[in-house]
Amino acid sequence: MIAEIGQFVLILAFCVAISQPILLAAGLRARDPVFHSVARAGALAQFALIAAAFVCLTWLFAVSDFSVLVVAENSHTSKPFLYKLTGVWGNHEGSMLLWVLILTSYTAALALTAKQVAPRLITLTFAVQSAVTSAFIGFLLFTSNPFERLDFLPENGRDLNPLLQDPGLASHPPMLYAGYVGFSITFAFAVAALIEGRADARWARIVRPWALAAWSFLTFGIMLGASWAYYELGWGGWWAWDPVENASLLPWLAGTAFIHSLRVMEKRDTLKSWTILLAILAFSLSLAGTFLVRSGVLTSVHSFAVDPQRGVFILAILIAVIGGALTLYGLRAHTLKPTGVFSTISRESALLLNNLVLASACALVFFGTFYPLFITTVSDQTISIGAPFYNRTFNPMLAALLVLLPIGSMLAWKRGKLGPILRKLLPALLIALIAVALALWLSFTGSLAGALGAGLALWIGVGVVLDITSRIKLAQIPLAASMTRLRNLPLGIWGMFVSHLGVAMIVFAITGVSAWNQEERAFLQTGRGASSTLQIAGYDITLVEVRDLRRENYIGDEGVLELSRNGRVLETMTAERRFYPVRQMPTTESAIATRWWGDVYATIGPEVPGRGWPVHIYLYPFALLLWIGGGVASLGGVLSIADRGRRSLGTPRSGVSGLSKPAGKG
Amino acid sequence: MRWYSFLPLIGFVVMAIYFGLGLRQDPSSIPSQLIDEPFPIINLPALEGREFGLSNEDLQGHVSLVNVFGTWCAPCVVEHPMLMLIKRTEIVPIYGIDWRDQPGAGTEWLARRGDPYRLVGNDADGHAAIDLGVTGAPETFLLDREGRVRYHHIGIITQENWNETLLPMIRELQNS
Amino acid sequence: MIRVLFLSLFLSLAGPVSGGAFAVSPGPDEIMPDPDLEARATQLYGQLRCVVCQSQSLAHSNATLAADMRGVVRDRLLAGQSNQEILDYMQVRYGDYVLMLPPLQGNTMILWLMPGLLLIGGGIGIFLFLRQQNIRANSGTQETLDPAEETRLAKLLAEEGQE
Repeated sequence: MIAEIGQFVLILAFCVAISQPILLAAGLRARDPVFHSVARAGALAQFALIAAAFVCLTWLFAVSDFSVLVVAENSHTSKPFLYKLTGVWGNHEGSMLLWVLILTSYTAALALTAKQVAPRLITLTFAVQSAVTSAFIGFLLFTSNPFERLDFLPENGRDLNPLLQDPGLASHPPMLYAGYVGFSITFAFAVAALIEGRADARWARIVRPWALAAWSFLTFGIMLGASWAYYELGWGGWWAWDPVENASLLPWLAGTAFIHSLRVMEKRDTLKSWTILLAILAFSLSLAGTFLVRSGVLTSVHSFAVDPQRGVFILAILIAVIGGALTLYGLRAHTLKPTGVFSTISRESALLLNNLVLASACALVFFGTFYPLFITTVSDQTISIGAPFYNRTFNPMLAALLVLLPIGSMLAWKRGKLGPILRKLLPALLIALIAVALALWLSFTGSLAGALGAGLALWIGVGVVLDITSRIKLAQIPLAASMTRLRNLPLGIWGMFVSHLGVAMIVFAITGVSAWNQEERAFLQTGRGASSTLQIAGYDITLVEVRDLRRENYIGDEGVLELSRNGRVLETMTAERRFYPVRQMPTTESAIATRWWGDVYATIGPEVPGRGWPVHIYLYPFALLLWIGGGVASLGGVLSIADRGRRSLGTPRSGVSGLSKPAGKG
Repeated sequence: MRWYSFLPLIGFVVMAIYFGLGLRQDPSSIPSQLIDEPFPIINLPALEGREFGLSNEDLQGHVSLVNVFGTWCAPCVVEHPMLMLIKRTEIVPIYGIDWRDQPGAGTEWLARRGDPYRLVGNDADGHAAIDLGVTGAPETFLLDREGRVRYHHIGIITQENWNETLLPMIRELQNS
Repeated sequence: MIRVLFLSLFLSLAGPVSGGAFAVSPGPDEIMPDPDLEARATQLYGQLRCVVCQSQSLAHSNATLAADMRGVVRDRLLAGQSNQEILDYMQVRYGDYVLMLPPLQGNTMILWLMPGLLLIGGGIGIFLFLRQQNIRANSGTQETLDPAEETRLAKLLAEEGQE
């Protein structure tokens, strides 16, 4: 019954979604303002119906209704309740429904927050958004119906892939989708602007919070995915340049370029066609990512079960949506005329450089991901592209950009001078060089690349601090005045500081985990003697005992390890080897002890008779900072959204008159 | 209208064509590197309880099939009757490589199911399989008289594979 | 489809049968006594792709075939081969696919040239844009200001420029 209700509301949602572009187009032609409320109502209706469908599917999983195909394929009565619920999106159909749910949530959010400014633009945006939504609901209904029934009722389900039964799974896909799908709104705004033949600073101001929201979610989602890989995969690997990981990085790179070029558009009413193109690209890359994961075109540890029919349907959606948008872009881009100018040395040109590197990096990763596919379609050779390639190409590009970051963020708008800024940043350079020296001397490996990474991180971090002190004119004006300036700094600026600090943390953490890591392995006996202990970097790991493990849906071994130093026990860790009988799948659960300087990461293998238990220990300095940094960077984006001064029209900032407003007023 | 504004669209169209073509392919298959190369040098010991193993001399002088299998491999069970059929036709000898099996497992499996192989080599450590560029089981190689690899079949040999691909090639090689 | 089927079977069944698979790899029994060779081995593992898992290098793959391939790498190191010779050995048998770093050859040339081309191309694009911008600025479409306004503008820009 519930499944049928779910099916029904899904069909209704499709009807509403597909009616919107038609109705709104008619309304815009007739110039009848009542169609603006039609748009609002349509948006809210789509959301309500899809939410109802989602609730139905969740219900089916919660009660383990195995007459429904996806539940039978992906659930089991002995699965813990939390994972019954999160299993709703642990499969292709359910995650697609989640995607559409988030899509309609954004549409509804737009309906609730859009003020009466620019009604034509907003209405067009709804039309485009609804068109995209109807394409995806169609995809669900015709190829991936979550409510499809089985002809028989199985005794039990096939259980969810054990790798996915993890709290990380509960949060990673929804967060990631919130990012991908958020760019659908900016895409819709961009297409609407092209239809209108007009995009200006006002457009940029309206779009920016949505771009920031999508970006923040995506940053956080990627960070969650990387942290999940780190904890789950057994050796502390957090990024493998796997095609599906790249699929999330591509819109992120385009999105980062986008939020930066939006600022230029806001300030100078220029770079318009480029910014619009970025908006189209960001969402197009999200869609390309969807194609990658669900069509079977590339294999990956992440891939859903493949089905060529779905691949064809998604490709059709891609062609319609992206092809349509890019055709419109080709036809209309020339109507977007810039009015502002800026000098060659200025904040704007620094942001232009930022865009150059990010766009190039994006193209590089795109090429690297799809090149093997291109080669196999034209020849019978296959090549593969892995981490070593990206380390030699992507990393230097990003490093170069990061060196320029503190300089760029301090440059003046419109017309800047390099000299004074470089002088202001001298302390940052000095501290960075000290960091390089310290890293060479103190780190486990004394690697040069690591030292440079540490230096880069400090260059950025101290650069942010110096930026703040420079803006509040610390030590140049009375302290009280500086404090006033500090309090009056717009939230948007704080967002920038916080995000850039997050970047510095990430750079430092990546350096630690990649350049200063240590590794040891040995066969250990249980007990406390020398044959039970492994030594690494002054620490002792002792395999105290190995216990039998028996849970709801898995069995296995549990190794109890003690971490000590100079005889003093610091922490007890448990590493597991699990076996899930229903899926016949083994997994390892690593034991991770987090110290202030980094993680001690341990895994245990199956006992080898006569040799003992194989134990593998890694040391990952500053691993935790990687996740914190990701969260901080994401937070910066959120702070910027909250900056109202940049969103509402015609509100002069205190102390500066209207002269600073760009030429293109609404 | 500026012509370069259409560059993104052109780029996308090219991409879409490749995606479309890519959908028809199997991304996980790796093309064989051994075609027209001499069969790698192998010198495999016999299975437990048998006298003779498998080495290159055994493959010289006549057209032959070399089949990589394992007792742990379920598709090999599915393929087995086909191999017995080929043996009964006496058209071409089949040689076996027992990949990564515990001692005695191969002998027992063949005793239970029937032995289609003229000779079997025991590749206990899997190094011979790596020399052959094998990535899964079953896989079968077709060798000519000089011991050169002419065809590499990945997966189960079906009646169709036999009738349409293998048998014609074997006939051609035998008559040349 | 069959490929996916028996590959997954291989991975799942290889464990109980060949024992020691799904160890945390590489396992302690794979350490080479000579630290220099061990360092080279680790480096090589990272450069070779596990051909059955397809998304991992030999350094981290739990598959039995990966363990076998690591064994071959170690044997060849002990036999005195160079890193490049060992990579070539694997390439001859599995093709370019097994190399994580695509070799510099005809069909990968464009891949390796891509970063450079992108930056140069983008750089030219920016140069053209800035030049066009200067033309726009100098063609008088900007309002001209009298000296009093110029001073005020300069002062405001100096203040605002800090943002």
